[in-house]
Amino acid sequence: MSDEEDIVLSELNDEDLTLQMHDDLYDGLADEIHEGVNILLGRGWEPYKVLTEALVEGMRIVGIDFRDGILFVPEVLMAANAMKAGMAILKPLLAESGAPQMGKMVIGTVKGDIHDIGKNLVGMMMEGAGFEVVDLGINNPVENYLEALEKENADILGMSALLTTTMPYMKVVIDTLIEQGTRSEFVVLVGGAPLNEAFADSVGADAYCRDAAVAVETAKTWMAKRQGSALAG
Amino acid sequence: MASLEETPRLPRTLLIACGALAREALALIELNDWRHMEITCLPAIWHNRPEHIPEGMRLKIHENRDKFDRILALYGDCGTGGALDKVLEEEGVERLPGAHCYEFYMGSDQFAEVYEQELGTFYLTDYLVRQFDTLIMGGLGIDKHPELLPMYFGNYKRLLYMAQIEDSSLQEQAKAAAEKLGLEYQYIFTGLNGMGQFMGPLKEQG
Repeated sequence: MSDEEDIVLSELNDEDLTLQMHDDLYDGLADEIHEGVNILLGRGWEPYKVLTEALVEGMRIVGIDFRDGILFVPEVLMAANAMKAGMAILKPLLAESGAPQMGKMVIGTVKGDIHDIGKNLVGMMMEGAGFEVVDLGINNPVENYLEALEKENADILGMSALLTTTMPYMKVVIDTLIEQGTRSEFVVLVGGAPLNEAFADSVGADAYCRDAAVAVETAKTWMAKRQGSALAG
Repeated sequence: MASLEETPRLPRTLLIACGALAREALALIELNDWRHMEITCLPAIWHNRPEHIPEGMRLKIHENRDKFDRILALYGDCGTGGALDKVLEEEGVERLPGAHCYEFYMGSDQFAEVYEQELGTFYLTDYLVRQFDTLIMGGLGIDKHPELLPMYFGNYKRLLYMAQIEDSSLQEQAKAAAEKLGLEYQYIFTGLNGMGQFMGPLKEQG
């Protein structure tokens, strides 16, 4: 292979570099993303701009191709891995530079379920979109969710399940919120491979999110609605 | 000795099975001489893409409905979130009880017990042991990208090989699989009783 074919990231202008980083995310190239993020920061880009224009936009494209059956789970995970490499640099800088906060989400897989790939992707994309994410991890009983929602003063509850046998537990959590009279304080989003919109309706969630990109868009829409209601009230 | 005239006619039965269960179902058909039974399969790889299963099943049912007296589905819910059951209800086809094929090999009570003992259990059947490198290592992309392993299996603690037949070579392969995934290895023999009980009662009908 000729060296002439190698792309030197530092020699690309901002626009080409951003596009190249979308490609590198698509191909799951963590080292290249790490390098690209550092180059853009070195050129004076704000961390938030790097995050949204280079990383989140790249992952949005990955999300679309996953939805359309062009990419599969392994490729999405490789892309997520690459994004993580970029986020590791940006996260501390974002905290310092006061990037816009869209809202706060508590997220976790439900009791009995240890499958957290989808949950982790959603958490990462939500962070990328400017949400603060409190990740409760796996196998959460209702008490974990309630405690975290209150302690963190969260806006959004995200619950994830991969198994047909564990997904009904989402209703236990939502029913408990209703019993306690706090259901209306939170936007409840649910997701996971065996779920669908009808299931989300049946358990009393606000929305079913079929993938991480949809989760972000849905969360933004619901936060805007809530802010609208608050202003109107 | 019963004459041919006295032999009750058994309903011509089609089993629509996951490809992962075909070998075992065929073994039962042969063992029990269930000549009224035939089997057709949907791709086992749909284990990784369960959204294809419900409509794939519907198509198979429609293709075969006129050729058989009865159709049975050798499937668990298999991650379809009730969508397979909806299709089967609409088409009037019965399936094996339980969410996973692991469950009907072991029986629901024992499976629940094992599941409660350790949530982080990765289950292999004979089929999955044979196909481990293709379906798991290849299908999940771990062979090409070992860095994905902790993302897939970071929460798992043990691999449980639920054997349908006693086969030392398969046991060795299952142990090797556990090692590749970095999980503790456990073995349990289930045989084929669970599946046989579902298919067997048909003998009494007709």
